[in-house]
Amino acid sequence: MDGIKVIIETCTGCGLCLRACPYQAIELREKKAWITDNCTLCGACVEACPWKAIVIAGWKPIPKEDLSQYRGICVMVEHRFGELSPIVPEIIGAALALKQQFKGDPRTVSALLIGSGVRALSEELFAYGVDEVWLLDKPGIDPFAEDILADLAARAIRDRKPEIVLGGGTVMGRSLLPRMAAKLRTGLTADCTELSIDPETGLLRQTRPAFGGNIMATILCESSRPQMATVRHKVMKPAPKEIGRTGQVVELDYKVPKSDFEILEFVEDTSQKLDLTEADFIVSGGRGLGDPKNFSYIEELARTIGGTVGASRAAVDAGWIPYPHQVGQTGKTVNPKIYIACGISGAVQHQVGMKGSDVIIAINKDPNAPIFSIAHYGIVGDLFQVIPELIRQLRSKEQG
Amino acid sequence: MKIAVCIKQVPGTTEVQINPETGTLMREGVEGIINPFDLYALEEGIRLKEKYGGTVTVLSMGPPQVESAIREAISYGADEGVMISDRSFAGSDTLATAGTLAAALRILGPFDVILMGRQAIDGDTGQVGPETAEHLGIPHVTEVKMIEGVEGNRITLRRMLEHGYLRLKAPLPILLTVVKEINTPRPASFKGKLRARQVPVKILSGKDLDLAPKIVGLSGSPTRVIRVFTPPKPTGGKVFTGEPKEAVQSLLRALKEAGIPMNCKNGS
Ligand SMILES: Cc1cc2nc3c(=O)[nH]c(=O)nc-3n(C[C@H](O)[C@H](O)[C@H](O)COP(=O)(O)OP(=O)(O)OC[C@H]3O[C@@H](n4cnc5c(N)ncnc54)[C@H](O)[C@@H]3O)c2cc1C
Ligand SMILES: Nc1ncnc2c1ncn2[C@@H]1O[C@H](COP(=O)(O)O)[C@@H](O)[C@H]1O
Repeated sequence: MDGIKVIIETCTGCGLCLRACPYQAIELREKKAWITDNCTLCGACVEACPWKAIVIAGWKPIPKEDLSQYRGICVMVEHRFGELSPIVPEIIGAALALKQQFKGDPRTVSALLIGSGVRALSEELFAYGVDEVWLLDKPGIDPFAEDILADLAARAIRDRKPEIVLGGGTVMGRSLLPRMAAKLRTGLTADCTELSIDPETGLLRQTRPAFGGNIMATILCESSRPQMATVRHKVMKPAPKEIGRTGQVVELDYKVPKSDFEILEFVEDTSQKLDLTEADFIVSGGRGLGDPKNFSYIEELARTIGGTVGASRAAVDAGWIPYPHQVGQTGKTVNPKIYIACGISGAVQHQVGMKGSDVIIAINKDPNAPIFSIAHYGIVGDLFQVIPELIRQLRSKEQG
Repeated sequence: MKIAVCIKQVPGTTEVQINPETGTLMREGVEGIINPFDLYALEEGIRLKEKYGGTVTVLSMGPPQVESAIREAISYGADEGVMISDRSFAGSDTLATAGTLAAALRILGPFDVILMGRQAIDGDTGQVGPETAEHLGIPHVTEVKMIEGVEGNRITLRRMLEHGYLRLKAPLPILLTVVKEINTPRPASFKGKLRARQVPVKILSGKDLDLAPKIVGLSGSPTRVIRVFTPPKPTGGKVFTGEPKEAVQSLLRALKEAGIPMNCKNGS
């Protein structure tokens, strides 16, 4: 295999890499690891090898153009119905943190704002601390008309040449940014949970979970610009808002093309009113509830702490609660401050969706349930006793 | 209607676990599976064909073993399968994958509707769809939860968004990525299983696609993974046992000591 190499002298033939490889792409040949054509260069074996005998050889890319003409950090502004999306302060927070890391060689943080009648949002963006707003405010730009948004945004990036472009890991962000990245023929890293500037090279280090959160990968985009990333919701610290801060508005003047889409309507889904992905407190129930009626325990606890109700797939598949509540690989990925898992065993597919929670509390009668291996706190016990007791003590504390 | 469905073979994650000692991924000799979201894309393709006529072509890019995924897709009802496989494609990031898929779609097409999953469960990026559409120069819509219908060359869609969904009309040809709600995939039929064993799977290699080596595989990938590691686990979770009353007391005390507020707002 090109790109990946086993250092024969160092390889002990221990076979740990064989087990680590998710693609069955490693064999032992003459007591040494041998990488076969199945390899996708995912890197799991590199991590698994205690002898550091597997390396992914750095292919040195040759930049197509002079990269030094790209400077500064640009934030993609998502807005809907005249309001900034809740992720915008988080993206700005991430951008400002990066700005700090360019020590002695300050960068500008700009916000790319495109839409119709959106000028007023500039003030708010300045309040969050951006230096510049690149504004294209023209009639006929529907915030859902992604085709023309991608065209206009890519054009602005080509003209303004920021070295870094950050967007939200939202439905829109994860649709618009890949489209832009393909237009600009540059790299994009999805759903980053950590961003930093490499002090030596000044490159953006983009870290993100892969394999459903089982491994983390740090990614660089060395030879093309801009370096693009979307950031996962609820992970980056939002920039504090200071009313009265100002900055510079840079007017963009592009002709607005006609969209191929005809936007009919946005239908608010009341069952998703409390969006799990935005909730700070989540109480989830699983098969341990035994009966759909018993979701009342979960609802009651959620009400007590002002949280939102989640569920495992087992509970959803049993028809106890609708799908929008499902947390996990095939459901939602959540990042609340507190996640309380009740009667959930904690299968990997469930963990994937809630591992990022700040604090995980498990209530389960089986002390060996896998959920306890990732929980920060846990109670081993019958949820039908523990939950009412928890509610009682929380309520009495509140009154007392 | 000419329909294409792009499927990815991913490790059967149910079996992928973390080795408690080394903290790395372990697989217990399992075969790859079709990325779960892609099964919904495939089902939707078959439904479109049933409603509007036409053919469903399944494409998968990857090492030779993706043939099994393609044959499985045929057993569910796809008409033909195409494997896009070449050593030079290894190490492709989303941009290079999209470029390669687009080249294959161009050769096999033109297609009216190209369906993909919302994301692959190994990389979790969801970028290949929009990037492929851009390479093809056609519009795309992500997270589609319902195709209301096709009239002439316009398709009416429902697309999931935070807090609701969007109804929109889009032109054909189009690339769509779908979510789980869109349908319930059917099981393989007996006839399908028979066909899956018999029909030839076409292979497209680097030569057939006529792509410059600079834009495929590792060399065509602007992003590079420089480090892979396991996320730090919470160390020493505190677990309380015993009588519910005491256990809850201990829990609340521990939370308080750690400065973790248990109330988002006043319970109402
Ligand atoms: C491709 C794929 C995708 C998947 N995606 C998801 C996903 O998105 N989300 C998801 O959640 N799952 C997903 N799963 C399913 C996952 O593997 C598990 O089957 C599921 O999470 C189990 O749900 P559970 O924990 O509620 O049920 P169980 O595993 O049955 O666990 C029930 C738990 O309740 C405890 N319990 C029982 N009674 C009580 C009581 N009285 N008091 C306290 N505790 C009690 C038991 O000890 C047990 O640990 C997926 C699986 C596959 C194959
Ligand atoms: N190698 C591939 N071959 C065919 N389809 C793919 C491939 N990689 C990704 N896809 C499609 O793109 C979707 C999104 O994948 P990803 O961007 O990797 O999360 C998947 O659900 C597939 O439909």
